[in-house]
Amino acid sequence: MTITERVGVAGDRHTGRGPGSVRGGGTRQGAVPRRKAGPSGWMVAPALTFFLTFAIIPLVVALYLSFTKWDAISDPEWVGLANWPTVLSDPATLHSLWLSLKVIVISWLVQTPISLLLGVFTAGKQRYRGVLAAIFFLPLILSSAAIAIAFKAILDPNFGLAASVGLPFLKQDWLGNQDLILYVVIFIIAWQFVPFHTLIYQGGVRQIPASLYEAAEIDGAGRVAQFIHITLPQLRYTIITSSTLMVVGSLTYFDVVFVLTGGVPGSGINILPIDMYVKGFSAYQMGEASVLAMLLVIIGLLLALGLTRLGGFNKMNSQQEGL
Amino acid sequence: MSRTLKRADAPVRAGRSAPDGRSRRRARARRAGQRPNVLGGLGGFLWLAIIILPIYYIVITSVRPQEGFFSSNQLLPPGDPTLDQYALVLQSDFFLYLANSVLITVVSVVVTVFVSVMAAFVIVRSQTRFVRASFSLFLLGLAIPLQATIIPLFYMLSKAGLYDTLAALILPSIGFAIPLTVLILTNFIRDIPKELFESMTVDGASNWKTLVSLVIPLSRPAIVTVGIYNALNVWNGFLFPLVLTQSPEKRVLPLSLWTFQGEFNVNVPAVLAAVVLSTLPIFVLYVLGRRQLVSGMTAGFSK
Repeated sequence: MTITERVGVAGDRHTGRGPGSVRGGGTRQGAVPRRKAGPSGWMVAPALTFFLTFAIIPLVVALYLSFTKWDAISDPEWVGLANWPTVLSDPATLHSLWLSLKVIVISWLVQTPISLLLGVFTAGKQRYRGVLAAIFFLPLILSSAAIAIAFKAILDPNFGLAASVGLPFLKQDWLGNQDLILYVVIFIIAWQFVPFHTLIYQGGVRQIPASLYEAAEIDGAGRVAQFIHITLPQLRYTIITSSTLMVVGSLTYFDVVFVLTGGVPGSGINILPIDMYVKGFSAYQMGEASVLAMLLVIIGLLLALGLTRLGGFNKMNSQQEGL
Repeated sequence: MSRTLKRADAPVRAGRSAPDGRSRRRARARRAGQRPNVLGGLGGFLWLAIIILPIYYIVITSVRPQEGFFSSNQLLPPGDPTLDQYALVLQSDFFLYLANSVLITVVSVVVTVFVSVMAAFVIVRSQTRFVRASFSLFLLGLAIPLQATIIPLFYMLSKAGLYDTLAALILPSIGFAIPLTVLILTNFIRDIPKELFESMTVDGASNWKTLVSLVIPLSRPAIVTVGIYNALNVWNGFLFPLVLTQSPEKRVLPLSLWTFQGEFNVNVPAVLAAVVLSTLPIFVLYVLGRRQLVSGMTAGFSK
C-alpha cells in the first residue's frame, strides 16, 4: 500500500501527473468561485527556504567554485574558465567517466532482470513467497557503510569466507585486483539495491488487473506467454521508473565504493563521485573537483530527464487507461 | 483476487466435458495456472542464499572469539560464542554515536515532514503563480544528486561556522528530503474531498486550524510513509557526516563503523559486532512493523 496506489484508486484523473495537474485541478475548481478560501502562499516558504538554501544554492556555489582555485583553507581565488579544460582533458576524468558508464550499464543489465523476476515472484500469493520476501528485503535496513564493511571482511583473501570454502578459485584478492573490483562492486550494488527495485516491481505487478490473466488463461496462454504478453507490457512504466532511479543511483554511487577502497586513487574503481571526492578532500583541488561536481549534476539531470521523457513519473496512472 | 479466480475457473471446468481441441487447451491452461512454479521457486531460493549468506556471516562472526579467529572455519558458527566484542564496541563511545544518530534523524524528519505538510497543503489549495512555480521547483529538485553538493555545502557551512556540528548534518538532510516529501504529501492531500475543506471554511476555521485538525490527521498514512523513508536515509547517511563533521563527539553511527574499522583493525569480530549493533534499532522496527517500514522504503516510487 503506497500513496500513489491510493491516488490511482481514488480515481482523480488529475492526480499524480506532475506539475500540470495543479493547473488541471485549478480549472476544475474554477467552476466554484472559492478563490478567497485558498491559504496564503507563505506556508510554502519554510520548505522553499530549506530547499533553496541547501539544495539549489549549493549548485550555484558549485558552479562558482568551478571557476576558482581553492585549497579548502584560504579563500577561493578566481581563475575563470581555467579549471574546465584542465579537468575535461585529464585522462583521469575520462577514465572515471568511462568507469561510471560501465557501472551504470552493467548494473542495469544485472539488476533489472533480477528485480523484475523477483518482483513477480514475491507478488505471488503463496505463503512461502511472503516469508522469502521478508528476508529478501533485509539488505534495505543495512547502511552502505555496514554493507561495505561486511563484504570487505567476507572477500578478504586471507581470512574471508573463501578461505573456509575450500574452492581455490574463490581465493582471489577481490578488492585489490584491478580487473575484478569493478565486478565485485557491481555485485555489491546489486546485493544492496535489488531489494529496493524488487519492491517497486512487486508493487507494479500487484496493480495489474487479475482479469487480464484470467482472459489469458481462458485463451490457453501458459506462464511464460502470460509473462511476456501481459506482465511485461503492463510494467513498462514501472520499468522506466525503476531504471531512472537505478541509472541515476549508479552514477552517484559513493558510500560503498569509498568504504571498500578507502577512497584512494589507483584502486581501479575511481568512478566519477569518488574521483570528485579524492580531488576535493584528498588533493584539496576544490576548484577542479567542483567541475566534476557540475559534470555529475549535468549528466544526472540529462539521464533523469531523458528516461522520464520516455514515460515514467508523469504517466503513472495512464498505463491502465482503456480497461 | 481469489473470488475472481474462481469465477474464471467455471467456464474452464465446463469446457473440459466437451472433448474438442479448444477445451483441451483450456484444461492445460488451468493446470498451468495451478502447477507449482518450480523454476521460480528455485530462483527464489537461490536469491535467498545470496542474501542470507553475508548476513549469516556478519552475525556468526560477531560472536566469534578473537583468539584463533584466523584459523577457524568462517562458515561454521563458533563452538564457544562470546559477546566480548559487543562489550568492546559498547565501551567505545557507541552510545554517544547512537545518540547523535537518533538526534539528527528525529530533528531532520520532524522538520522535513512539518514544513512539507504546510507546503503540500498550500500547493493543493492555492493556485497562485508563486505556489505553482515553487511546486515545479520541488519537482526539479528530485533530480539533484546530493553527491554533487558536498563541496559547496562544505564551503557554505564552513563560512557559516557550522562545520563539525550536528546542524551541518541536519540542515542539508532536510533540504534534500523536502522535494520527494512534498510530492508524496501533495498527491495524498489532493485526494481529501474538497467538501471537507469547504466545510472548514464555512465554520470559520483559519488555515492553521484546517492544517492541524483536517490535513494532518487525514494524511497520517502518507506522513508515516515519508517519515520512514526519510528516517532511513538520514540514519544510514554516510557522505554528509564524512565531509561535514570531523570530531569524535559529532560522529554518527555509519561513520563510526568506518572509524571502528580503522581502530579495531584486524579485530574483524568487533567491527562486525558494531555493524550488528548499528543495525539493531532498525531491525527491531522491521520485525515490529514490517509492512509499514517496507512500504515506506520505496515511498512514492512503488505503485
